[in-house]
Amino acid sequence: MYKVISTEAIAPDTFDIWLEHPDIDKRAKPGQFLILRLDEFSERIPLTIVSTAEGRVRVIIKAIGKSTYKLCAVKPGDTIADIVGPLGNPSEIDRFGTVCVIGGGVGIAPLFPIARALKEAGNRVVGILGAAKKELLIMKDEFLPYLDELYITTDDGSEGIKGNVTVALQEVLKKEKVEFIWAIGPMVMMKFVSLMAAENDILCWVSLNPIMVDGTGMCGACRAEVGEEVKFACVHGPEFDGRKVKWDELIKRQYQYREEEKQAMEDYVKEMGGKNA
Amino acid sequence: MPEKNKTKMRELDPIERIGCFEEVALGYSREEALKEAARCLQCKNQPCVDGCPVGINIPGFIKALREERYKDSTVILKGDNNLPAVCGRVCPQEKQCEARCILGRVPGGDAVAIGRLERYVADLEIPIESVVKPPVHKKVAVIGAGPAGLTVAADLAKEGVSVTVFEAFHTAGGVLVYGIPEFRLPKEIVSNEVQFVKEMGVEFKFNEIVGRTVPFEELLSDYDAVFIGIGAGAPRFMGIPGTNLNNIFSASEFLTRVNLMKAYLFPKYDTPVKIKDRVAVIGAGNVTMDAARTAKRLGAKDVHIVYRRSEEEMPARLEEYHHAMEEGIKLHCLTLPVEYLGDSNNNVIAMKCVKMILGEPDSSGRRRPVQLENSEFTMEVDMVIEAIGQTPNAVLKAGFPSVQLNKWGSIQADEETGRTNFPNVFAGGDIVTGAATVIEAMGAGKRSAKAILEYLAGA
Ligand SMILES: Cc1cc2nc3c(=O)[nH]c(=O)nc-3n(C[C@H](O)[C@H](O)[C@H](O)COP(=O)(O)OP(=O)(O)OC[C@H]3O[C@@H](n4cnc5c(N)ncnc54)[C@H](O)[C@@H]3O)c2cc1C
Ligand SMILES: Cc1cc2nc3c(=O)[nH]c(=O)nc-3n(C[C@H](O)[C@H](O)[C@H](O)COP(=O)(O)OP(=O)(O)OC[C@H]3O[C@@H](n4cnc5c(N)ncnc54)[C@H](O)[C@@H]3O)c2cc1C
Ligand code: SF4
Ligand code: SF4
Ligand code: FES
Repeated sequence: MYKVISTEAIAPDTFDIWLEHPDIDKRAKPGQFLILRLDEFSERIPLTIVSTAEGRVRVIIKAIGKSTYKLCAVKPGDTIADIVGPLGNPSEIDRFGTVCVIGGGVGIAPLFPIARALKEAGNRVVGILGAAKKELLIMKDEFLPYLDELYITTDDGSEGIKGNVTVALQEVLKKEKVEFIWAIGPMVMMKFVSLMAAENDILCWVSLNPIMVDGTGMCGACRAEVGEEVKFACVHGPEFDGRKVKWDELIKRQYQYREEEKQAMEDYVKEMGGKNA
Repeated sequence: MPEKNKTKMRELDPIERIGCFEEVALGYSREEALKEAARCLQCKNQPCVDGCPVGINIPGFIKALREERYKDSTVILKGDNNLPAVCGRVCPQEKQCEARCILGRVPGGDAVAIGRLERYVADLEIPIESVVKPPVHKKVAVIGAGPAGLTVAADLAKEGVSVTVFEAFHTAGGVLVYGIPEFRLPKEIVSNEVQFVKEMGVEFKFNEIVGRTVPFEELLSDYDAVFIGIGAGAPRFMGIPGTNLNNIFSASEFLTRVNLMKAYLFPKYDTPVKIKDRVAVIGAGNVTMDAARTAKRLGAKDVHIVYRRSEEEMPARLEEYHHAMEEGIKLHCLTLPVEYLGDSNNNVIAMKCVKMILGEPDSSGRRRPVQLENSEFTMEVDMVIEAIGQTPNAVLKAGFPSVQLNKWGSIQADEETGRTNFPNVFAGGDIVTGAATVIEAMGAGKRSAKAILEYLAGA
């Protein structure tokens, strides 16, 4: 059993949650994730470790379906049945020169520890943070100390550049030479950033978040084709060279359980008396 | 199964059982158990015992049973086997103890139903005091709470060793909880048997993946000895074109969702599982039968087992194969899928297959299937489950860099002791042998426990 320390709504349907877990605090590195199971009935939910401190671990969650809604409803003092982590391979952080980190939507949260580590390793870090609209843009102030430059994009133009992150990336690439790119966000975003990186011959790390079950390499649910090989995101990743990922197939796999998830959500909303819809 | 003089076991009717996950085999009544026990000849040379990987005193427990000394029978059984209620249900008895029974070797005779009797006695759940010796002040870490790890833990705890089991999942049992379905092995039975191990003082640390969440080196320095029993966890895929289409699953994923995460009770439990009308399951082992029968219970209209060899080579436990056939599952032997075809949404819609014939025997002694020319045909399916075996998990290779592996990528360990290239590291079960059986994993656990005790005494 693991205690919930604090929860805070930081954007619509988006929660910043600290959980007690001394071991993860001791061992986690940027790029790694954990899997938690809320209670006896819950799914195993993979979440990126955003940061850790004092025996605690921080996750940022966007409620999109039954499991994430349930999780976002926890209160300080509640307990989580199971947490396993850190899982996955840490990001390869080094002093590269100029790097560009790109976060989209809730993908901004998992990008944070990577951006910070890159800065601390002595890189010039250019950040691009994108969201659908201003209210959904998270963690901007927290990023600032670790970025040498920040571009913001919103789909509706309510803040920064109107458009998606690739518009900003184009501008960055015109201005300076970038050694590496990190991109975390919705699969389509990662796909288009990877395409642009490939055109410019820049290695582009993406963090894949396919559907997972065990997270230990045991089931193959998280498989993706990368460079003509089948890789399991949970143990071979989650970060891969985005230029080698077979995106269209992966994006379609993401929606495999859509009908079942929809049913779960509808039942849940009914059970909650329609409050959460 | 043509059984002549063996006492039959009652079973749920096939029509009834494919609508639920209730246990299929119902067990003996007292009368039936006594009748079957009476058949045993109490052979002096005990050929049956040689067939049991943990050497259960078979005539002994049967004798106590037929004299209605149930507690004595339980004590004898549990003396050699910590998980009798499990083994009585899932052992491939026809290849093990019962294969050696003298009664089965006379023409037209049936072996004593040793497994069923073992199950009967275990299911009486007669409490016995587990005799735990005083502490010897030694600490052993066991990695993996499958049958191998549970056996080592129990055997060491009995001798007063302080044992900590590290398990990746949130619950103990290994394949017994995430692989073998409820209708064959009710999870309550596994948890009862695990409870028995806990009561001996074994400590469990769940959600710990050694090599990931706890460094292996830390265990090496904190414990006097380490046992690795992490199973053959990673699924193999055939790797044919189309493998990543939607609705193609490994049996491990499908069964883990259903068993460990209880997706058969969705949406009461949150984890979903896919089910379609025409399901193909590739392979012919226990895993294949379990996946096929599970698919049927979840509501698939047609379930097809597709196997590249012939019925004779099928590795599945005989009883499960018969149960599958009774449940209306169709078998396509000498058939090999070579490509999956999908629609514009990437959902699988068909399998291209070829026909096979059997050629010369291969290294396993089974005749090697070879492709029949110009035999290609298409089978319409909208879901596929690949159940063609497991390989050692990749986590292992990264997590135990210093432990020597053999050429198959399994851990190199001495067969008699489980000893690895480290004097204080032992290994057993599927991680050493490749996917095998519950009782073989337990046998390996028993031998390792003995070797660990010897090592601790000398250390
Ligand atoms: C390694 C990894 C790290 C992750 N880190 C975070 C994180 O830090 N914060 C966070 O909010 N989420 C993160 N996710 C995603 C999160 O695990 C999923 O959003 C969650 O499991 C969905 O569960 P649900 O029942 O709420 O939604 P569901 O009902 O399962 O899904 C709702 C919709 O989202 C789609 N979907 C399902 N699973 C995913 C997924 N893994 N990613 C994207 N879309 C999905 C479905 O197709 C469906 O349309 C991560 C996933 C992985 C694999
Ligand atoms: C679907 C299915 C049906 C089967 N049916 C039968 C049958 O009818 N009869 C029969 O005799 N056999 C059957 N088998 C085979 C049998 O279950 C296995 O041979 C046996 O379980 C092996 O035991 P084990 O202890 O070696 O490993 P496992 O049972 O695989 O247990 C290994 C445990 O280690 C844990 N683990 C893995 N890595 C780590 C790590 N790094 N740190 C911590 N923990 C870890 C795993 O989570 C797991 O709990 C079946 C197998 C399957 C998959
Ligand atoms: S454990 Fe298995 S092999 Fe041994 S006697 Fe029991 S059923 Fe037979
Ligand atoms: S071989 Fe058969 S008949 Fe003889 S003791 Fe064993 S079980 Fe009984
Ligand atoms: S989640 Fe099962 S193998 Fe990655």
